Amino acid sequence: MSLFGEVPQATPVAVFKLSNDFKEDPNPMKVNLGVGAYRTDEGQPWVLPVVKKVEKLIVADNRLNHEYLPILGLPEFRSSASKIALGEDSPAIQENRVGAVQCLGGTGALKMGAEFLRRWYNGNNNMKTPVYVSAPTWENHNSVFANAGFKDVRPYKYWDTEKRGLDLAGFLGDLETAPKHSIFVLHACAHNPTGTDPTHVEWMQVAEVMKRRKLFVFFDSAYQGFASGCLDKDAWAVRYFVTQGFEMFCAQSFSKNFGLYNERVGNLTIVACDADNVRRVLSQMEQIVRVTWSNPPSQGARLVAITLNTAELFAEWKDNVKTMADRVLLMRASLQAKLQALGTPGTWDHITQQIGMFSFTGLNPKQVEYMIKKRSIYLMASGRINMCGLTTKNIDYVAKSIHETVVNVQ
Amino acid sequence: MRQTCNSDGGVGSTENVQARGITLLSIFVDTPTAEPNPETKLLADFKTDTHLSKVYLAGREYLNKEGQTSVSPLIGKIMQQICTDPTLCPEYPSSFGLPEFTRRATELVLGRDCHAIVENRVLGVQTVGCTGAVRLGAELLKHWYNVSGVWCGPVYLSSPCDDSLAGIFEAAGIQDVRRYRYWDTEQRGVGVQKMMEDLEMAPEQSVIVLSASAHCPTGSDLSQKHWRLLTQLMVRCRFFPFFLLPAQGLCHGDFQQDAWPVRLCASLGMELLCAQSFSHSFGLYGERVGHLLCVLKQSSTLLAVQSQAEKQVRALWSRPSVRGARVVATVLSNPAHHVEWQEGVKSMVERGILVRERLREKLRLLGCPGSWDHLIQQGGLYCCTGLNVQQVEFLEKRRHIYLHPNGCLNPQFCLAAPPGSLQRQHTPKLAVWLCLSTHRIICVSCLRSPLPSL
Repeated sequence: MSLFGEVPQATPVAVFKLSNDFKEDPNPMKVNLGVGAYRTDEGQPWVLPVVKKVEKLIVADNRLNHEYLPILGLPEFRSSASKIALGEDSPAIQENRVGAVQCLGGTGALKMGAEFLRRWYNGNNNMKTPVYVSAPTWENHNSVFANAGFKDVRPYKYWDTEKRGLDLAGFLGDLETAPKHSIFVLHACAHNPTGTDPTHVEWMQVAEVMKRRKLFVFFDSAYQGFASGCLDKDAWAVRYFVTQGFEMFCAQSFSKNFGLYNERVGNLTIVACDADNVRRVLSQMEQIVRVTWSNPPSQGARLVAITLNTAELFAEWKDNVKTMADRVLLMRASLQAKLQALGTPGTWDHITQQIGMFSFTGLNPKQVEYMIKKRSIYLMASGRINMCGLTTKNIDYVAKSIHETVVNVQ
Repeated sequence: MRQTCNSDGGVGSTENVQARGITLLSIFVDTPTAEPNPETKLLADFKTDTHLSKVYLAGREYLNKEGQTSVSPLIGKIMQQICTDPTLCPEYPSSFGLPEFTRRATELVLGRDCHAIVENRVLGVQTVGCTGAVRLGAELLKHWYNVSGVWCGPVYLSSPCDDSLAGIFEAAGIQDVRRYRYWDTEQRGVGVQKMMEDLEMAPEQSVIVLSASAHCPTGSDLSQKHWRLLTQLMVRCRFFPFFLLPAQGLCHGDFQQDAWPVRLCASLGMELLCAQSFSHSFGLYGERVGHLLCVLKQSSTLLAVQSQAEKQVRALWSRPSVRGARVVATVLSNPAHHVEWQEGVKSMVERGILVRERLREKLRLLGCPGSWDHLIQQGGLYCCTGLNVQQVEFLEKRRHIYLHPNGCLNPQFCLAAPPGSLQRQHTPKLAVWLCLSTHRIICVSCLRSPLPSL
């Protein structure tokens, strides 16, 4: 009798299932708008030219070995990654109160932050501290915090379905009524899945409430550079909070903006009020890392560190990032224009107003099902599409399909 | 862009901090400094030691003749190929990792014809090193072992064991972690009788963490005869074996032999977990290439367990990093590469045996009391000298030779020791002999006399 005999089947991860269904669809016109990765206009993944270059440098460099990295990761990666988020002349960095932990992608950074907070924040091993994630959010936020031991993971109002925009009043309301010291997971830019970010003024209002109510700031920054094409612009919110004197965590992912999806390059940036606090926090982070993956993988971090620390390569990288961001902006503009030209019912301005990889189309589940079953266009049940799945070749088909769907299915 | 590493140390400027209205009472104010783990502390003490002939013998890696970690020319060549391969795309791998890697890693442990593989009741998951494999296994057990009961232990670890193991199970939420006696100081080997005694007392359905071969940190393993006795006990008491296999091939130079206990349990139809690492056998420490093997009793449970494993991975690290696994998969899938790699592993083992033999011989020539045969009976990366805590401390403080506190060391590091002067000292009560020969071996011996106070 198996001791695993009663293990139930877990609900499949929606986005994985979508990709599988897409793979098995024989329709030659099929389009995958569910994937969470960048695609070129040929519908292919893209190895950034700067990445190819640096990979060759690494392979050719005899001095580089394959030893274990330190537990907290490659030092030059950690510091340069934090600089990307906070800005080179960040007061926090100059005041020596920034620490960092190299992690396995953005997920790993969230995991390390969550584990630390559960053990050491708001008391010792306090699993009852509420953790707020946006409604909607990347679904793995819930799992990471729940698995770290938090018993109370709740949504905060974010997306206004009718307005098709930010529900600022709801968001601020939840901030006002959240128990003190609650943890809030904020998307630094290019909100996943809605593509809708607060404006600068709106961020300022959020910050004011959070400071007053002593709420913990945990940024998730997976798309820096990818959203607007400009690293600094995309980091505005994070940097604003630093100038407001917040202590915070920022989970960074380099999967998208470096195209290093499979090397799992992430960084947890820690901002505290002084170096001693940073030191103690990092000592505890080491213990947490030790019992999770012991040491992080070296390849991706090395690549990113070399790129960020070499002037010409850094410039080339920023250029590559802008290429990706520009293509996304072009597809947004094209799709919106085509839908308007077709006279598709409803307004479609949100497509160009939203930012980053994703767009919340506003299609309802029935319409989504129609798109998948009748048009072989795969998108998430929430109506989220990945703009990177659009190309100059398939955009007409997609636009016509959306039109047909909206007209025929309510 | 000049970057400086400024994430630890140094004192901040309070005036600037205050000027920005930053609260001086940190939310982290109650976070204590973590106790350094023994290995980190040992290395830190070694680094701050200014003595010229200091030697660190507690390293975790295999070293080449030059005293460095390295990859073989074969591995180097494959890495080059991978780097320039235009067909490889940077996509997210599945949460289970590269299918070719998990397939080969599974076959390496169980053997291609293993019934469990043929009957489709084996799950393989690529993990972030052996630590990642143990953590994932622990999470699986915590969440899903014996669903009808609420299981949170006990988990039994050998005494001694790798000092991060207990913490990994605790981090997964399993608080009931116990020890079984393993290393017998007098016998200078595995105290099988005491081990069996302790396990006889364990409650049914306990999880027993076992080293398949090259036990860390003692290097001492059970004989096949004792494995048979142990598995009989485990079947009778319904224990769940969780194997550690961090260095398959590097113990006996024989991949089958090193995995023999796992194969035995699988052949008996047992369910088991096995955490593997390819760090040592490929020299790919930094790439974190690990694998968790799960053998189930019934194929009908496979999909469910697989789906739950995926969920756990998603919440830990989402997906593993690919590069190291790709190298390993490339080698293991190509018969010619596979043979070349195995030969390389064998010569690493031969070198290791040579070092151990030299060490034992040297001790014999010095007239060191006691038997030192255990040095060559042990296998793999580590060896346990049998020195006690005070003797180890003496070596560290007085002779600047750093061993693991439990008397274990990595013999490879003996060969890598920097040359120093000949020192031989006699004291009335204690003689510690240090001999740095032209072959650059360090020998250590202590008389069985009471130690002077340090």
